[in-house]
Amino acid sequence: MEKEILEQKLNVNRRHFLSKLSLGIGGAALGSLLIPDLFGKPEEDKLPAGISHFAPRAKRVIYLFQSGAPSQLDLFDYKPLLNKMQGQDLPASIRMGQRLTGMTSGQKEFPLAGSLFKFNQYGESRAWVSELMPYTSKIVDKICFVKSMHTEAINHDPAVTFFQTGSQQPGRPSMGSWLSYGLGSENKNLPGFCVFLSRGKGNIQPLASRIWGSGFLDSVHQGVQFRSAKDPVLYLQDPEGLDKVTRRKMLDKIAELNHLQLEEFQDPEIATRIAQYEMAYRMQTSVPEVMDINDEPEHVFKLYGPDSMKSGTFAANCIQARRLAERGVRFVQLYHMGWDQHGSLPRDIRNLSKDTDQPSAALIMDLEQRGLLDDTLVIWGGEFGRTNYCQGKLSVDDYGRDHHPRCFTVWMAGAGVKPGFVYGETDEFGYNVVKDPVHVHDFQATVMHLLGINHEKLIFKHQGRRYRLTDVSGKVVNDLFT
Amino acid sequence: MKRISFVIAGLVATTLLIVSCFHKKDESAQTSGLIDFNFDIKPILSDRCFKCHGPDPNNRKADLRLDIEANAYAALKNNPGVHAILPGKPDQSELVKRVLSTDPLYMMPPPESNLSLNDAEKYLLKKWVEQGGKYKKHWAFLLPQKVKPPAIDSDDGVVINEIDQFIIERVLRKGLKQSKEADKERLIRRISFDLTGLPPSVAMTEKFLKDNRPNAYEIIVDSLLASPAYGERWTNYWLDVARYGDTHGYQDDLPRVMWPWRDWVIKAFNENMPYDKFVTWQLAGDLLPDANKEQLLASAFNRNHKISQEGGIVDEEYRVEYVADRANTFGKAFMSISMECSRCHDHKYDPITQKDYFSLYAFFNNLKETGFVLNLRTPEPYMRISKRDLEGELKFLNANKVIKSEKDTILQMVMKEVPGIRKSYVLNRGAYDAHGEEVTPDVPNSILALKPGLPRNRLGLSQWLFDENNPLTARVMVNRIWQEIFGRGLVATSEDFGNQGSIPSHPELLDWLAVDFRENGWDMKKLVRKMVLSATYRQSSVASPELREIDPDNIYLSHSSRYRMNSEMIRDNALATSGLLNKEIGGPSVKPYQPEGIWEDVSVGDKSGYRGETSYIIDTGNLVYRRSLYTYWRRTVPPPAMITFDNPMKEICEVRRTRTSTPLQALVLLNDPQIMEASRVLAAKLLVNNKGNSRQTITDAFRLITSRTAKANEVDMLEQFYTAELVKYQQDLKSANAVLKTGHHKIDSRINAANAAAMMLTIQTIYNLDETISRS
Repeated sequence: MEKEILEQKLNVNRRHFLSKLSLGIGGAALGSLLIPDLFGKPEEDKLPAGISHFAPRAKRVIYLFQSGAPSQLDLFDYKPLLNKMQGQDLPASIRMGQRLTGMTSGQKEFPLAGSLFKFNQYGESRAWVSELMPYTSKIVDKICFVKSMHTEAINHDPAVTFFQTGSQQPGRPSMGSWLSYGLGSENKNLPGFCVFLSRGKGNIQPLASRIWGSGFLDSVHQGVQFRSAKDPVLYLQDPEGLDKVTRRKMLDKIAELNHLQLEEFQDPEIATRIAQYEMAYRMQTSVPEVMDINDEPEHVFKLYGPDSMKSGTFAANCIQARRLAERGVRFVQLYHMGWDQHGSLPRDIRNLSKDTDQPSAALIMDLEQRGLLDDTLVIWGGEFGRTNYCQGKLSVDDYGRDHHPRCFTVWMAGAGVKPGFVYGETDEFGYNVVKDPVHVHDFQATVMHLLGINHEKLIFKHQGRRYRLTDVSGKVVNDLFT
Repeated sequence: MKRISFVIAGLVATTLLIVSCFHKKDESAQTSGLIDFNFDIKPILSDRCFKCHGPDPNNRKADLRLDIEANAYAALKNNPGVHAILPGKPDQSELVKRVLSTDPLYMMPPPESNLSLNDAEKYLLKKWVEQGGKYKKHWAFLLPQKVKPPAIDSDDGVVINEIDQFIIERVLRKGLKQSKEADKERLIRRISFDLTGLPPSVAMTEKFLKDNRPNAYEIIVDSLLASPAYGERWTNYWLDVARYGDTHGYQDDLPRVMWPWRDWVIKAFNENMPYDKFVTWQLAGDLLPDANKEQLLASAFNRNHKISQEGGIVDEEYRVEYVADRANTFGKAFMSISMECSRCHDHKYDPITQKDYFSLYAFFNNLKETGFVLNLRTPEPYMRISKRDLEGELKFLNANKVIKSEKDTILQMVMKEVPGIRKSYVLNRGAYDAHGEEVTPDVPNSILALKPGLPRNRLGLSQWLFDENNPLTARVMVNRIWQEIFGRGLVATSEDFGNQGSIPSHPELLDWLAVDFRENGWDMKKLVRKMVLSATYRQSSVASPELREIDPDNIYLSHSSRYRMNSEMIRDNALATSGLLNKEIGGPSVKPYQPEGIWEDVSVGDKSGYRGETSYIIDTGNLVYRRSLYTYWRRTVPPPAMITFDNPMKEICEVRRTRTSTPLQALVLLNDPQIMEASRVLAAKLLVNNKGNSRQTITDAFRLITSRTAKANEVDMLEQFYTAELVKYQQDLKSANAVLKTGHHKIDSRINAANAAAMMLTIQTIYNLDETISRS
């Protein structure tokens, strides 16, 4: 009986919610964390404007963000000319006076620096990969390299913000928030957008929590940070001395008393509040369960490498990402920090590559074995590239590279992305894109397309303007699709 | 060409109803049949047409603009003989023909725009042209007029002041009824939170309940308005507007000192500084004749923007960003106009050109400042605050902990105008290095021209803002105060009064209050007082499901609104009711409890602090119990519990918070050590007071926390829980002791651990009630 009353109130709430929804152009989010019990999966006829324009190839995304910007020239974009011209000045005809960061704009010379690392071609696709990425080299036929990425920002904070939100200035929703808003969550016990951080040995640039924030979208769409600390999600864990039985009783009392208020005020928000407490309770079970990787078999740890046993590492986070993907979480975002190699690049890039190479490749294989790669999109890449010339002193076995927005490489895999494919080309100096450029907004449009979303139609009206992840541009790169 | 036959009458009737809800507008179109341009038509034109046929020439198609009457009536340049609008003749108006068309090559808006019109909107456009297609200036740019409030029959509701007359008139027209006054317990809780952000004390409630004089409520209102907590509550709001933060906000995110400015804001609200003076000092305190240190300090408002310390940035790029931030903040904070839209191009919806934008920008461009600031340096320009200032002009500052001797100083960023320091230009596409036409400081003339003789600096700009012919300033602030008192602005989009913003629900009331505000010398307390004394404010918030169906957002105010309080109020309620609250006013921001490791996750550097603070060190003593507005705001890692409850990030000016309901909020209230500690401390205190009587303790706690006397069945429910937990903890004292170990406050050893723990959880249950965190 009581349950019926609750259902009825929830229905009022739902109508209210939908009537609110009709007021906004893009509508509000559905099927989100907000009232998961009420909505479950989005219903066809009530979807925001942008949904289901195409059959989605991806149901979810795992984004392995390499914060600090890995050097494409030492990992994937093989430029033997740089070794031949080692130490010579970057020709002005190539640079064409482009703006530099404040860190090298004072440099009088721009000595070209070839990679210290050996490159080879692998797989049937004959993709070039350096010796820094031995595991990745084994899966080149499963992934797609985009070598012609370019961006507008030349510094970390604006560049990461640009990649994540489509604008260099803070305040807009992160990619995961947009997808949570547009597609909702498939798991009613877990947030739709989960975030993991890890750091390597190297020059680390700080991150701001706003880059996984929901901007002007409702805060239900913000990324929820999962941590390796004893509280995997902030405030999740009950205090010591308070067991599950007590917690349950306490929640029952809260619900009973809230019901009395609901009867008096008839405010559907009270019904929502009651539902949220239930969701919180479920999260208290579902989150620790997904975070506890002790039930993973030995061979999984072997696959992801020795770091995967240590919680908080990139490798362990990759296993977590797969577990969340298995449970239908829409967007899992990992950040691995430490790629900002202005100096001592050879030393630091070895460390960082070691952190990420094996687990990233393992994730692809693992997802494939479980049949999840078909509808999970995996992305690996940083916020910009690095210069072909040396920052600081160039020596036989040491160099550094400054930020370079004009070209860099990311790779993608799964969910309808052409495997064993290399897209785009840079010039022989690795300075400019010469074929098939992919702007950050193009990249974002492409990711959304894979999820079945028309990037021009998933919009949110805020302060009189219609916003979208791709701002006012972005072209889907159809060539990347199978 | 295929043309659709026109919508049948029945459909029109139903869709019209939808439209009227859709626009939350007057029923005029239905009742009188006369279509109002500002309310019925412009929202459609602006939202669906102006992007290509509006103020922005770069995107304008067919050289047609529909935002200007003459242009819309004129023959089309590339198609003479054809008119977009031919007044009175919809069949010959190209606009009507095209919006009714279904031919993808002919119809408007075109399919590729991803915009469309529904049948009701099409009908309205046609009807409007039929009725003469008359234009009116945008409502917000017309001067507000004080019309006589409608007369209300005494049978139709209680009228205390003019607000009620306007509100009841609309309530009646909607077929609704004014609600009865809220019961006294709920009313005093509501007014106490709305005016001071704190719950009423039990003594105050007792006094009010017993006071049967007709002005009992008025007495309470006046005592709350006079309380120093009033200034804190409104400062809390103003910090969102001013984008206040305790750190610089980019990359390493180093600390900055801005709290002396925040202390000044508290003082200004508490002294009831008139709004014109309040704003003028903040915009241009440094430019006042013989500016004193207090006025200089107030000008720090303009320096609350973020500042980059990222090595490698282009200095000028960021300097331009700061100037733009000041101009954007000015537009949003004082005019509710999204100026930033005009930074890259002429505004697509409002009559603000790119040149207007950079002319406004030019007012804020004359500082000796840099884009890049070295770590640990105070960005220039700044003022020095010394011991002597604390004994003189700045004695309101709570700086004794920082300035102990003559040697100590505080460096506080402020404004210092250096006339002629640099020229200003239109920046093409808004880019810092793409200089276009040179501009000089000027205001958007489409709103109001700058009076000749006014200085072309920020002081002149302030005077323009408070010119009696400025249509925006008073309306904007009246609406914000209304929003904070009633939960929703008369203009719901309190950040946007432009063409894309919402239309006022009660335009005459908004205008009446705006003119009244100005005529009363911009007296903020007087305005607040009028609002809270109204019968409209005092209504009960009980509403039937039927009523909620008719007016789900309570636009017509036939009852009081019920909504979740902000994060500061929720936490301050726990501090105040448990007796932990440290009422000290002002001073450096403090670091209350926060989960471990959050800063460490994203920060870099070492203990030197050169790359910013690497770890969050919780304060000691009663600093952790300060009001939440003093919580240290690190912009890149803001306090997570506050963000969970929808605090803005404080990166840009925000004037309205969203209100969501999420499971993460439940987790905060269940497991935040501050809520647990408050429960523990209150449990111990009341158990001692009541000599261990659990029922009385629950009754007292309920009253303290919710400001109302619990019903017997409510106490029963809680007592059942308490009793069961007591038995359990008596058998497991170890767990009882563990659960009590939360927070810095000493554990009261006079009480048995099992009783203390069971009661702690019982009280925490009360802290988690929807009622506790709601304004009702």
